[in-house]
Amino acid sequence: MNVLIPAPLRSYTGRRQVEAIGSSLAAVLVDLDRQYPGIRFRMINEQGRMRPHVRFFVNGVQTLDLSQPLCSADEVLIVQALSGG
Amino acid sequence: MVLIATRKGAWLYHGDTARKNWRADGPHFLGHIVNHLVLDPRDGRTLLAAAKTGHLGPTIFRSTDFGRSWKEAARPPAFAKDPNGETGRVVDHTFWLTPGHASEANAWYAGTSPQGLFRSEDGGVTWEPISGFNENLQLRKWMGTVQDGTPDGPKLHSIIVDPRDPIHLYIAMSGGGVHESVDRGRTWKPIAAGLEVVEGLDSTNLAFHDPHCVRLCPSNPDRLYQQNHCGIYRIDRPSDKWERIGRTMPRRVGDIGFPMVVHPRDADTAWVFPMDGSTVWPRTCPGGTPAAYVTRNGGKTWQRAASGLPERHAWWTVKRQAMAADGSDPVGLYFGTTSGELWSSRDEGRKWTRIAEHLPEIYAVEVGKPG
Repeated sequence: MNVLIPAPLRSYTGRRQVEAIGSSLAAVLVDLDRQYPGIRFRMINEQGRMRPHVRFFVNGVQTLDLSQPLCSADEVLIVQALSGG
Repeated sequence: MVLIATRKGAWLYHGDTARKNWRADGPHFLGHIVNHLVLDPRDGRTLLAAAKTGHLGPTIFRSTDFGRSWKEAARPPAFAKDPNGETGRVVDHTFWLTPGHASEANAWYAGTSPQGLFRSEDGGVTWEPISGFNENLQLRKWMGTVQDGTPDGPKLHSIIVDPRDPIHLYIAMSGGGVHESVDRGRTWKPIAAGLEVVEGLDSTNLAFHDPHCVRLCPSNPDRLYQQNHCGIYRIDRPSDKWERIGRTMPRRVGDIGFPMVVHPRDADTAWVFPMDGSTVWPRTCPGGTPAAYVTRNGGKTWQRAASGLPERHAWWTVKRQAMAADGSDPVGLYFGTTSGELWSSRDEGRKWTRIAEHLPEIYAVEVGKPG
């Protein structure tokens, strides 16, 4: 399925849109990490929880559930808010 | 090469052999919080940068071409997954990087916030937790919680590898004290005797110990100096007791500060950069008058080293990692301020000149010798 990568993480992928496989959001992120080692840890912490201010949208609908089932026709959008100061 | 880590990116400053003229190379990772930037002394080529950006998880950037290109770690420092799921610790950022022993090419150590110790054996590409430290229940008690730490969280810092023995390590924690391992991190023992804590707290409880920076003398690895929240100390192993050597500092200045720098060849010489630790702890230069202080006799006496620095109205803070020495003769010194100024001395602190200004808040300054 298509996965749209936010700008701060394109240093891993080299491009905005990549392909990944998985039957759930969690599995898709694992596949992304297989292709681009280290990318998952920037979004999901070592206890398996979403980091604050990262947002996942499946077909335009936000989800907070990493176990959400996905199929190959789905599109995942990752959005990253950047705090600063 | 002087390596500058800042709140908004990293810079490399390349100096000529006279250390008079400096060329700025940067910013690297503009906008990223870079806590530490270190050049591997074993190959003079591998650069590691401990970085974090906004709410993105932390990572370590690695370069082997002096910053022309960088790659994120494939597996950055991360605590082990807790079987209970919800209660496991999470690395907020890597705070400190130390190259491993000269005999262990590609080995590195990382200290994190909250306090954790990690090791890489592939030049920083992947990192493993040192469970003998991270899962030690007594150490975890002494670490306290994030409630007990610095504004950016409690930190593990001052990772020291004995140059004589790769399995002999020291670390320090902003909450939790100074600890030693003689088996490459499998077991640990506190080195806390003689250290004072904030008045009213129990000095036998390591949770109240707040070492700011600990350095081992390359010319005498049995001697260490420490800038602590409560004074300047020296220890000569095999003694386990620290001696407070800061009481001979001028009373109006005191012996509170963040950084500690030791001479590469003379174990009697060390430099500090005092800060105001009175009342609400401004942490700025006492009286708005910045100065380094040097001892050349192991702390018996201290001399002010401030020629060239502003004489007044300079309310600087120099963080614990933001002062360093090179290995030249005479020794060059470098420090960076939270107001974005980088200063150097080519004569061991006798005279200072500004190398750079208008940088972002400087978190760390290191010196490296490109190979």
